[in-house]
Amino acid sequence: MSTARWASLGALTATGLAFALVVTGCSAPASDPKPSAGAAGGDLVIGVTSDPDTLFPWKATQFQAVNVLQNLYGTLTEFDEDLNVVPGLAESWDVSEDGLTLTFHLREGVTFADGSTFGSEDVKYSLDAIAAEATAAVARSSLASVTAVEATDENTVTLTLSAPDAALPANLAVINMAMLSSDDTEEGLNTTPNGTGPFILDDRKASQSITLAKNVDYWGDTALLDTVEFRVIPDESSIVSAMQSGNVQLAVFDDPLVAQTAEGANVEVATTPQLSYHALQLNATRGDLADVNVRLAMQCAIDRQEVLDTAALGEGEVTGPITSPAYKSDPDARPCPERDLDKAAEYLKKAGKEDGVTIKTIVSQGEYATSVNEAQNLKAQLADAKITLDLEVLESGAFVDRWIAADFDAAVALNGGRPDPDGMYGRYFTSTGNLNKVAGYSSPELDALFAEGRQTADPDKRKDIYAQVSENLEDNAAWIWLFTSYTYTATASTVDGFVPMVNGSLQYLRTTSIK
Amino acid sequence: MFRQLLRNSVLRRILAALGTLLGVAIFVFLMLRAIPGDQISSGLGTEAAALTPSQRAALESYYGLDQPLIVQFFSWLGNIFTGNLGFSSRAQTSVLDLTLAALPVTFELAIFSIVIALAIGIPLGMLSASKPDSFRDGVGQVVGLAGLSIPAFLLGTALLAILASSFGFNPNGQAYATLFEDPLLNLQQMLLPSIVLGFGIAAPIMRTTRTAVLEIRSNDFIRTARAKGVPPRRLQVRHVLGNALVPIVTMTGLQFGYLLGGAVVVEQIFSLPGIGRQVLLGIQQKEYALVQSTVLVIALAFVIVNLLTDLLYRVIDPRVRAA
Repeated sequence: MSTARWASLGALTATGLAFALVVTGCSAPASDPKPSAGAAGGDLVIGVTSDPDTLFPWKATQFQAVNVLQNLYGTLTEFDEDLNVVPGLAESWDVSEDGLTLTFHLREGVTFADGSTFGSEDVKYSLDAIAAEATAAVARSSLASVTAVEATDENTVTLTLSAPDAALPANLAVINMAMLSSDDTEEGLNTTPNGTGPFILDDRKASQSITLAKNVDYWGDTALLDTVEFRVIPDESSIVSAMQSGNVQLAVFDDPLVAQTAEGANVEVATTPQLSYHALQLNATRGDLADVNVRLAMQCAIDRQEVLDTAALGEGEVTGPITSPAYKSDPDARPCPERDLDKAAEYLKKAGKEDGVTIKTIVSQGEYATSVNEAQNLKAQLADAKITLDLEVLESGAFVDRWIAADFDAAVALNGGRPDPDGMYGRYFTSTGNLNKVAGYSSPELDALFAEGRQTADPDKRKDIYAQVSENLEDNAAWIWLFTSYTYTATASTVDGFVPMVNGSLQYLRTTSIK
Repeated sequence: MFRQLLRNSVLRRILAALGTLLGVAIFVFLMLRAIPGDQISSGLGTEAAALTPSQRAALESYYGLDQPLIVQFFSWLGNIFTGNLGFSSRAQTSVLDLTLAALPVTFELAIFSIVIALAIGIPLGMLSASKPDSFRDGVGQVVGLAGLSIPAFLLGTALLAILASSFGFNPNGQAYATLFEDPLLNLQQMLLPSIVLGFGIAAPIMRTTRTAVLEIRSNDFIRTARAKGVPPRRLQVRHVLGNALVPIVTMTGLQFGYLLGGAVVVEQIFSLPGIGRQVLLGIQQKEYALVQSTVLVIALAFVIVNLLTDLLYRVIDPRVRAA
């Protein structure tokens, strides 16, 4: 008996020793917190959950890719922090009286990362290529009104339009409209970006990190930081840990719970409303939903604040269709700003559906955290109005397939927003829009309003037109707009000068420094 | 005669292994295509709805999706034999280079984890077996149960969060360093994930050890050895443990094989660029060639580990050699 005990005790001691060796041997040196000395400059590390899936700006839609590319490439126009359109590579632009000619005056002395000079030829090359179908550029439809691009002289580009397009300057400000050198190819740019942005690519380790260095030849104020590293830390709570240990100085979170754990002595969290919005998309071309009264009944049976509170812990704001600050819809300007079951019943009666309706609804799982909870809450609320949501929860790939094919009565969706309301909804709710099939609703009135908005350059008049668009969408319950979430930007207390933007852009890395 | 048989059995094993690998290749190929979505829709998301037919056609030909399935399969398989595992458009590198970078990470992690698992599991199993149903057996069993039932994502996240916030110790928050670039940092980065994985694997090893030791101890030759006056420690280690090794080696080999498949969760939490993450990213982005080739490499590793385990039997157990 005692023999066995001795043997095992010996073994246990050995285990303990091994452990002690491992722990003391490896944990002795503390991790370097990487504080960068110097007034300006320094090296910033941003924690991201994923690698960019492409470095080619015309095809980039993934959030992480857009964030990196925004700092490498330049666009003709840009947004300021309030999403107003401001000059970028084009110093100024004029619109002809009839609105059919748009002339861009390019900034002089701009160079690409490889040292070559940026000029009107590059603009012509870029815009022509984006418009060509074979390029498969994602922003192609934004150039639908452009019939010809001409390099008038070295620093002037003239665009001829088929119809006035007041949204064009804003549409040119996105990274999918990046100006590339006419000497570059997609294949080459996939590995070696060559842009006019405030940073240049320094180093890339696939699925580990991507490091940018400041572009000393940048046409604007040179970036303050020496380098910016996007470090891939796939798990959000591991990013929080890396911030707490000082390895990472900036990160952007969507999940309020994660953001809460990040907040601490050395980490500040800023909350920014998002342009993207949560909505219950209705397909007005199918079944019972073709009747506007059924759609209005659904609209009236939903307390949006309750959806927000249950599904997203109240972290967000109830919203109307348009989310960009300059054109924001009034969330109370809708048929039922408050939940009203009597009115819902009335609408159902008008539709001749007193006994209720059943709506097949698709929900994605895994794409974003709140989807299933939103769907459950909507289902519960609508059940009180005899409207049955028949939920089909799909893996995100399957959801996207069904969404693209418009194969649903209703869809619980989180859709991206854009600064300009024409860019945001024109493609959905005009009868010729390339997403109209998915939107499932259009009308001659909306077509006319969108056309008018495009022809109107005066900002106040445009605001008025898009207020009407918003009202029209709500009065017809084209979709049911629910709420917008927040973006949480966590920064170490050493980070100075970073401005989070409503569209999630990290363009202000160029004014950021480390104290 | 004996040598010939051995050679034949080895030959048979190799043929069986090749069959397995082909089966894996076909299975993964079909499963991947059964998942909804393709590289276009996973890259563009809902924006893919805005593609015109000819834009979509351009993208399909870019990703090679316009070919019939059978052509896709055989051109991929043919490339494998020439050493071309495919190209990752996300990483802009060949799958071979990606795999060669990821495999050592996973291999290193697997070795450390197994070492930790053995260092915990075997002594604990022997302790438990030394007096079945006693208090110390209970302790061993509870630790084993904890190892089995505490999920890695919980243990990993908790360890990381506590060490990072309370002690500022978070080697995994730094950029990953290979063993050759910075051995000290590399070992630190491997420490926590190995402990988490090792703790989980210690449980089955502990249980196997306990059962095997109990069984061997009831054999006559142990009683004889004790009667002959073999010193207790030598008896436990040489006679009991020595003979209990076969099931332990089997279990260890099996676990090691699984580890080579990549510990996805642990690699995610501790940001290790291993093979598990490579497969996961590939599946998320529907990079077919990447996933197919990587899974094939994993299957190959598994088969090799199994073969080696079998060979190891011959070393530790003369009876297998004779058979």
